[in-house]
Amino acid sequence: MTSELLNVQGLETQFKTPEGIVHAVNGVGFTLKEGETLGVVGESGCGKSVSMLSILKLIPQPPGKIVAGQALFRGQDLLQMDNDEIRQVRGGQISMVFQDPMTSLNPVMTIGKQMAEPLMLHMGFNKAQARDRSVELLELVGIPRAADRLKDYPHQYSGGMRQRVMIAMALSCSPQILIADEPTTALDVTIQAQIVELVIRLREELGMAIIWITHDLGVVASIAHRVAVMYGGFIIEEASVKELYANPRHPYTIGLIGSLPQIQAQGRKRLYSIEGMPPMLYQKPRSCPFSPRCRWVTERCRNENPLLESINDNHKVACWVDTVTGSERA
Amino acid sequence: MTENEVLIHVDDLKMHFPIYRGVIRRQVGAVRAVDGVSFKIHRGETLGLVGESGCGKSTTGRTMLQLYQPTAGKVFYEDIELTALKNEPMRHMRKNVQMIFQDPYASLNPRMTIRDIVAEPLVAFGTASGKAIDERVRELMGLVKLDPDFMLRYPHEFSGGQRQRIGIARALANNPSFIVCDEPISALDVSIQAQVINLFEDLQKELDLTYLFIAHDLSMVRHISDRVAVMYLGIIVELADRNEIYKNPIHPYTKALLSAIPVADPGFYETHDRIVLEGDVPSPANPPSGCRFRTRCPIAESYCAESRPEFKEVSPGHFVECFKWDHPDNQRR
Repeated sequence: MTSELLNVQGLETQFKTPEGIVHAVNGVGFTLKEGETLGVVGESGCGKSVSMLSILKLIPQPPGKIVAGQALFRGQDLLQMDNDEIRQVRGGQISMVFQDPMTSLNPVMTIGKQMAEPLMLHMGFNKAQARDRSVELLELVGIPRAADRLKDYPHQYSGGMRQRVMIAMALSCSPQILIADEPTTALDVTIQAQIVELVIRLREELGMAIIWITHDLGVVASIAHRVAVMYGGFIIEEASVKELYANPRHPYTIGLIGSLPQIQAQGRKRLYSIEGMPPMLYQKPRSCPFSPRCRWVTERCRNENPLLESINDNHKVACWVDTVTGSERA
Repeated sequence: MTENEVLIHVDDLKMHFPIYRGVIRRQVGAVRAVDGVSFKIHRGETLGLVGESGCGKSTTGRTMLQLYQPTAGKVFYEDIELTALKNEPMRHMRKNVQMIFQDPYASLNPRMTIRDIVAEPLVAFGTASGKAIDERVRELMGLVKLDPDFMLRYPHEFSGGQRQRIGIARALANNPSFIVCDEPISALDVSIQAQVINLFEDLQKELDLTYLFIAHDLSMVRHISDRVAVMYLGIIVELADRNEIYKNPIHPYTKALLSAIPVADPGFYETHDRIVLEGDVPSPANPPSGCRFRTRCPIAESYCAESRPEFKEVSPGHFVECFKWDHPDNQRR
């Protein structure tokens, strides 16, 4: 868990829309170590998916545009690669699992064919080898009668099974990084628990690093080592998972954790709610993007945007106010 | 609260959707979406209805309001049997029983202004006319904490949370006493969910409302409900007071469902083991014989396949449908 696998700095992505330019990602930076699981949390539109898609250049360009930044994967900048080079990385060393297992599989191709595709492309397998490896992979993710089920089409699989197939496909070339974009959001809780358990087991067996994008703070608590919280296209807080839940420092994180009902709680407390709604990103924020909803807001927050700064070894926060003391940071 | 009068009484409600096949569209089977559920809801109470997708919880809510013609069973509102009402008297009953839908994007007509959407029930029942309509719409928008000056805007100008508030205002227009909330917060972001839940609670206190709160988010259901019913494959497997069911779940399915909830506390998983269920929910067109849950149940026996267990009151107000509810196998949590 020591060497650095991925180092992203100053990533900015914009989209051109008829209403104007949407500044979806406004300077995101983070690192990912070998074998580590990073949880990326935020509400819809905060830029969490777009950041990760940008790293793999999966943003449709146009209307999207990666304006600035670098993403060093083992010292090579992914953002500078041409299409052929990035294709070698995608699905090979870095692979991705998407949210919706219903739409990310091709409905008119058998599961076997779809699984063989990356294997023949990236690993140079022939048909028979690809088939054997597919069976192995399906068994790995817990699909019973794997050899028979290769002939089935996606509609013959349930939602949870399809997500297992997606994970098997993502793992097929032994990636070093698995990016999972809300992989359990479309699933029921009991199926979600199965998938989380599966990913934790596979992580131990295969030792890959994972970026787990989600809006569910509960799922992140059970799977991540480190968590980055995003808001308005920025990472506004980053900490080890225990530190984040025990000592959230950014007003948004505090509100987000406070707005969850406590399952162990006894009485009926009123939920803490963050008033207002997330910003529309038609302008690049010059002030703190959370300032209109923040109860600690000061004059400085409305004029300057705070940068992510370390407050101790494993905790970074982007806020002008120290929410523990309530006074402005020096 | 349980001593209060019963407002809604559902008695062995069934809703089967026929499956037709072949050229002459012969009926070859039925999807047993709801297959005999019974419960009561007291005035001023919130009953939470939880379960996984396809378990029949939404169908139960819709069938109760006669949005589907039930296959069997009765639904009473006070002492009026809704299931026996003809179309016109049922239409008038709808003033008292309302529904809030899951998808705030699909449940509002994009070509109508907020004023027209919220005023529609008023016009339909003739409860207000002329200037009184605008006044009532303003009042309703204030009630759900929306700026009444926005009433001439269209739904697309509002965010998800605001649209859900519009849906709530529409449901409240004719002062209903019972509202079926069908996954009203599932489509919303976390920080917005808390706003809407707080609004539901405020409105309940202010207007003395009774809710059936359908959801798959068990922690939210615990927060808002007085009692909770757990559904699996068309039947209610367990029903109890909210603290009782979360502290002392008895049915193996309830236990697994509760243990599957992700807890926003990283230390929790060091001290707690999860019960992870194998497999998927069977098809409601062809449910297992006997106990519905036996195919995924960790403690099932051969006799579970033979007959359906009784929905039994095991302690006051705590109902469970399981043969092995007090068996030693069922003790571990």
